[in-house]
Amino acid sequence: MFRSLLFVPGNNPSMLQNADIFMCDAIIFDLEDSVNLDEKDNARNLVETYLLTTKELPKAVILRINPVNSELINDDLKLLETRRIDYVLLPKANKISLFVLDKILNDLENKFELKQTKVICLVEEAKAIIEVYDLAIHERVRGLLLGAEDLTSELEINRTISGEEILYARSKVIYAAISNKIIPIDTPFTDINDTEGLIKDCKKALNLGMKAKTAIHPSQLETINDIFSPSKEAIEWAKALLAKAKTLNKGAFQFEGKMIDRPIIEKAKKIIEKAKLFDLM
Amino acid sequence: MLNGVKRDIPKNLPRFISSDDFLNKSRRLIEKKKKQSKTVFFNSYDEVFDKLKIKDKQTLSFHHHLRNGDKVIQDVSKIIKKLGLKDLHFAPSSIFPSYTNMIDLIFNGNITNIHTNYLNGEVAKIISEGKLKGKLVMNTHGGRARAIESGDLGIDVAFIACPTVDKFGNGTGAIGKNACGTLGYCISDLEYAKKVVLVTDNLVGKLDSYQLNGEYVDGVLVVDSIGEAKGIVSGTTEITKDPVGLKIAKDCSSLLYELDLIKNNFSMQTGAGKTSLAVVNYVKDIMKKQNIIGEFASGGITKSYVDMLEEGLFKKLYDVQCFDLDAVKSFRKNKNHIAMSASEYGNPFVKNSIANKLDFVILGATEIDIDFNVNVTTDSIGYIIGGSGGHADIAKGAKVTIIISPLIKSRIPIIKEKVNTITTPGEDIDILITERGIAINPKRKDLIEKLKTTKIKIYDIKELLEKTHNLTGVPSKIKVSDDIIGYVEYRDGTYIDVLREVHNDYIR
Repeated sequence: MFRSLLFVPGNNPSMLQNADIFMCDAIIFDLEDSVNLDEKDNARNLVETYLLTTKELPKAVILRINPVNSELINDDLKLLETRRIDYVLLPKANKISLFVLDKILNDLENKFELKQTKVICLVEEAKAIIEVYDLAIHERVRGLLLGAEDLTSELEINRTISGEEILYARSKVIYAAISNKIIPIDTPFTDINDTEGLIKDCKKALNLGMKAKTAIHPSQLETINDIFSPSKEAIEWAKALLAKAKTLNKGAFQFEGKMIDRPIIEKAKKIIEKAKLFDLM
Repeated sequence: MLNGVKRDIPKNLPRFISSDDFLNKSRRLIEKKKKQSKTVFFNSYDEVFDKLKIKDKQTLSFHHHLRNGDKVIQDVSKIIKKLGLKDLHFAPSSIFPSYTNMIDLIFNGNITNIHTNYLNGEVAKIISEGKLKGKLVMNTHGGRARAIESGDLGIDVAFIACPTVDKFGNGTGAIGKNACGTLGYCISDLEYAKKVVLVTDNLVGKLDSYQLNGEYVDGVLVVDSIGEAKGIVSGTTEITKDPVGLKIAKDCSSLLYELDLIKNNFSMQTGAGKTSLAVVNYVKDIMKKQNIIGEFASGGITKSYVDMLEEGLFKKLYDVQCFDLDAVKSFRKNKNHIAMSASEYGNPFVKNSIANKLDFVILGATEIDIDFNVNVTTDSIGYIIGGSGGHADIAKGAKVTIIISPLIKSRIPIIKEKVNTITTPGEDIDILITERGIAINPKRKDLIEKLKTTKIKIYDIKELLEKTHNLTGVPSKIKVSDDIIGYVEYRDGTYIDVLREVHNDYIR
């Protein structure tokens, strides 16, 4: 379960060194888009050295590999041998690329006796939006991350603050993820100086059903965490409701003037689960 | 002989005992000067030197309110070179990189001793390398005022750059083409120097309000330019984007909140750096959300505090030195933006000094050691890169003193077993906030107790040292020369540390 995931370019040593101190729930060490071709080996070496030598890792480690049809993929996935990577982020995910990745991972896991590698699919192509449910049902896949920049580029449309152009894509990702009990993760907000815009974008994504958002700069994390965390009021409401449910031990009852039944109790339980996980209680 | 912070101080010099030791002494004050005649107007620096009979071995003082924009100290240095005066004692409140005309004077023995609060740039470099023939004494802003008022630092002639002067010799920094705002650092010089010359580039008929009283002024010199007010800008108007700085600022604001330090009528002071500004912004958010109105903020004042005053978040600003032009403008227009002298700010013998009224201060450090001693004077190889300024004054005065710093700066750990130079004693430092954890001085049991029930994790400072060494390795020990080039003088006039010449291996 995440609220915030921060992209860190693999070739940025100072960001790597401080990866454990940022206020995010996961770090995405990027070997793909933020790293130029002539820096790929350097970035991979730096990330590997960091993973092998650091004493304090971030809460969760995600590795964004290069596309499976690139020559870089095998070297990228060798980093799994460090046994310190929690998820692989598959760029340009679609049914074929996920199939190929699954096959490579099976071979690696057998050869090096690794446990099953969890995958987050980066949904950033029109084809992927159509196939997103098939990605979500794959046993390795634990999350779907919408990549709106590549998607809108392919569609030849402009990104806007209101985000209407990605409403369909966001919704597809959310419904595919939620219906398969995995996490939908929202696309990053790319203007790091526009805090108001970030707030609006987070709220929009949250209200549609996104459960987390990626950040491209640490300065975005506080806003993202605030918006994707249960509020103090929600936590208090959930605590009181669950306390009453425990006392009454009934399937349905009244609470604060409203009828409460199983779905509401489940919602309250999720709030408490998140609050505990994110150290809000 | 070892002093109270275990530094070896040469015999016969006053040794620091503790930051409270001044309480065992009574305040010494020499008489304020009495002007013998009416204010004289000079035509040139040459005439000033001639009429005031400035000669070898005298002490000349200056203030640094124009900071890197100051031309007065530059022009006086030129005249000294021309006249060939020798063995002068310079006592500017600070020395900035732009004061380049001092360099030749130091090499040639025109200036042989210096008394200042802060030192940076080429002058600092050559002094660090042993080029000053006499000694450098680095004291604090409050300590300098104390030294002048007690006669410990006798001043023969004070050259006071003053943006506007009237025909009666009264002066103000609030107006004029080079307005720099408050003139707090030169008030002691004005009142206690044997001779006082105001140097201005804006002469007016009569000032209705002024900070410098013409009663103390012997002469006025009108020049084309006293400098460039744009050069006064210190600090920044931008909040840090540095993720490490942001993390520190956020943790600092959480800690202030948990310690219940942000409440109605509270008072605070911070530095002018980007991380400090981020802290101020977080504090501002808390104040707005909780409808809190603070009593005052103080220090070198920046735009961020001016904005808070204008928004009604603080009732007053006490300003010893404007750090930017927004602060200058505010000082000119807002009656609640109040000038204070260095003595009113941080003189240990001024009981109700602003420093003593502060609830908390947030300061930086170049190094901090496991006894919480702080160095803001020298860098990791011994070059002078700053000085106390008001650091030691407000660290002593404030109820809670917080140091904010990344654990590593340019690959160098800031926590040391022992700092190279002690500027502020550890007994006056309460909390260290870094990006990887917070340490509290064990003597502040009250703070530790208060934080026990919160989610804020407290580390032993030695644990933070270990964390740093895990990242950087253990740095090799710095080599130091045996030659003493000067002293760090604590605010009470005792010596807290010595300054040694940079070792030959590090000369660059």
